[in-house]
Order: sequence, then structure tokens, then C-alpha cells
Amino acid sequence: MSKPKVALYWCASCGGCEEATVDLTERLFDLVEAVDIVFWPIAMDFKREDLEKMEDGSIDIAIINGGIRFEEHEEMVKLLRRKSKIVIAYGSCAHLGGIPGLANAYPREEILKFAYEEAPTVINQDRVRPMKKTTVDGMEFELPDFLEYLKPLDEVIDVDYYIPGCPPTPDLTWEAVSKLLSGEIPPKGHVFGSDKSLCHECPLNETKPDEIKLEELKRPHQVVLDRSKCYLTQGVLCMGPVTRGGCEALCIKGGMPCTGCFGPLEGVYNQGAKALSFLASVIDIEDEEKYREMLEKLGFDPIGWFFRYSLAKGMIYRKKGDGE
Amino acid sequence: MSDGDGFEPTIVVFACHWCTYQAINLAGTSRMKYPPNVRVIRVMCSGRVDPQFVIEAFKNGADGVLVAGCHPGDCHYVNGNMKTMRRTVMLEKLLQDMGIEKERFRREWISAAEAKKWVEVVTEMVEQVRKLGPLKLAEREVVMNE
Repeated sequence: MSKPKVALYWCASCGGCEEATVDLTERLFDLVEAVDIVFWPIAMDFKREDLEKMEDGSIDIAIINGGIRFEEHEEMVKLLRRKSKIVIAYGSCAHLGGIPGLANAYPREEILKFAYEEAPTVINQDRVRPMKKTTVDGMEFELPDFLEYLKPLDEVIDVDYYIPGCPPTPDLTWEAVSKLLSGEIPPKGHVFGSDKSLCHECPLNETKPDEIKLEELKRPHQVVLDRSKCYLTQGVLCMGPVTRGGCEALCIKGGMPCTGCFGPLEGVYNQGAKALSFLASVIDIEDEEKYREMLEKLGFDPIGWFFRYSLAKGMIYRKKGDGE
Repeated sequence: MSDGDGFEPTIVVFACHWCTYQAINLAGTSRMKYPPNVRVIRVMCSGRVDPQFVIEAFKNGADGVLVAGCHPGDCHYVNGNMKTMRRTVMLEKLLQDMGIEKERFRREWISAAEAKKWVEVVTEMVEQVRKLGPLKLAEREVVMNE
């Protein structure tokens, strides 16, 4: 029997997900033993034509990380979808939009204007912007277009499974891939990781009281956290209660509160809104003026605090064709 | 059209059963007039209003959202409205950061006796939103897996 075929691809991402794959370390050999990697442009010399030549549906698992920000990403993932039986959205960007998804708070034009004209480090007197087509010495070059917004993978193609995380842990990656290879197929749309919130696996959970009441909020840089006590009770925002577990509480063990990269729990479609809701409930200030003052002083930034990885999913859009 | 040419806004109202919803009833039985642009959703407590509801309302065509409940100290469930207060203050900023004009989201305390206040608040809000025109949001193609 021939080995299952696996393809890996990246879109708008930082490379951290590839890093996580490489962090499988020795298990990477087991992986190569078990599967044929037929496409992995970042690590090996594969070209688009190689993929085009493959038969439709001939790849068993395509693992795609990164959000969709360029025309090229859109084309490539559609091509991969056609060639693959199972598509996995790997990492926060493919799953929810991730850090590059934060740019969705601004329209395309504003981003280009800042990046090519207004940023203090930019010198661009002729206001040159990247163009789709240009001719240099009689040769025509074409660049993929920068899309209006960044989209998570499942808004461009049909996605079978999700492996969350920024980046996903090697253990979770291994667990998911070996499960799929062993034929233990979860229902479509399954998100790997825990079904419970991070608090359930947090080593500091025991120190969490039944009811948290915060008289004051702090940002992580304003306080030296006691690493043996629930960070929430120390007044900093920890996204643990509204975030899927499965990450082994790595940030918590490293002295940082959770920022929510594993995404929402089952049944929650807007992680950021849910986080806002929970934080507001544990604050113990009843005077509106005092409350507003505290938020003002902290530099309250709801998108950065609650939507760090999920803005592309949680932003308010209207479906095309609705309204007007 | 921003000049409000024939535009009729839709305002979704989340009203607390014990106060605001009674005030709306009172306005009706007292034959007070208020604009027909509101769609009232009764909730047992304004504290029941998950911020996801407000976002969902905007996504699905609301031009404005009003969350209304009991005055501070009057909550039927002791402190549900204090949670509303803290949530809506945060939500206000979030919606503005997402590009939704300030006037489109409002929180008010309206007691069961304040039918007049209810009429004033919605009349004012409908006028403000009418002036702003329909909610303009980024449009996206088919959203799958939602």
C-alpha cells in the first residue's frame, strides 16, 4: 500500500506554524516514515506546477496555515482544496484570522497609505505603491493583489478540521495527525484541543476563588505576577475562562496570562464579545464614572485585549447583497 | 443615502422585563406615540444581554441597538444591571473601534413608570440614526461554517 500523501502550505502567517511543525523534532522522522510529503514549499523545492499536475483528490491531508490576504493565497488554497481529501486549518491565522487579522480594523486603502506613505520610517516621495502589473526592461511582471480584508481559511474554502494555537503545540499537532492517519476520523468541523476551557487544565486553577471580584484592572506590564496564584485574581486579564484548552497552559507556566490563541469554546461564536462580557462581570465597580475613568487610565483597547486572534472572525460584516 | 432620503432605520431594543418593557407597555396603554422603527426584544434582565447579541443584531441588519434596563439599585436580580453597565461601557468602545458610529449604540435606564422617557429616548435615537443613514459595514462574500 502506498503511503498517505500530505501537503503543507502557508498563507499570510509569520512562519511560527512551520516552526511548530519542525518542533515535532524526532517525531518528524516518524511522520516522514508514515507519509509522503508531496508539497511543502517553505521547506522543500516544490512549485505550483507540481501541485497542478497532481490528480484531483489525490492528497490525503492538506495542512494550511495563515490567513487569506492575497489573491495568490486564495488561488493556492482553492487548488489545494481540489487536490485534497481532508483540509486542516492549522494555527490561529487559518482558524480565526490571527494576528494579521487585526488589520481588518482598517480598510485596505488606509493600510496601504500608512505602509507606503505615512509611516515615519518611510521615504517615498513619488508615492509609489505596489501595482498588479508592471513592465521592467520590456518584461512584464505580475503581482498578486492585496485583498480588501483578511479572511480565515474557512471563508474561502471548505475546511474539515481545525488545529488551533499560535502556534499549535507540537504535541497537539502530533495527536491530530496521528489520529487522522490511524483512521480515527472525528466529525467534520472538529477543532482539536480540549472541549473545556483553559482553566480546567491550568495549574493555578486551584487558587481561583469561587467568585472573582476585581476592584482594579492592571495590564501585564504594570505588575509583577505571583506565579503561584490565578492571574485573574491579581487583576490582569487572562483569557483562560473563554478560551479552548489543549495548549498545556504554556503561557501560564511561563508567567504570562492567556491571550486566547486557541479560540472560542464550543457554542461561542464570538470569542472577543464573550471575553468582554466575562471581564465586565468580574470587575467590582458600580460607579459608572469611576469605571470609565479606570478604563481610560488603562488605555482600554477592546480589539487588542479581547480579539487578538479572532478579529477576522469576530468583526462585524454584513453578508454581500444584504441591506441596500 | 446619508441625507436620510426616505430611509427608515431599524432599531433593535433589548428591554428588561421588569422596568423598560413595562414602560413600553405603559406608553402603549397611555396612547403615547413613538416611532414604529423599533423592534423590541424582551429579556428578563438587561444583564442577560450578551454582547454577542448586539453584534449579531448589527450583522443582521439593525441600524441601531438600544439596551435598556432598570436604574442602578433597582435591579430585580440585585445587580444584573451593574453588569450591563460595565459591559455596555466596554461595548461602546469596541463598536466604535469596529467602525460603528457612537449614536448607533445606546444604553438607557428606564423604569416602569418612565413611559415618557422611553418615548423621548427612542424618538431621539431614531432621528439620530436616520440622519446617519443605513449602517455601512464592510461587505464580505459568503460566510461559510457560520
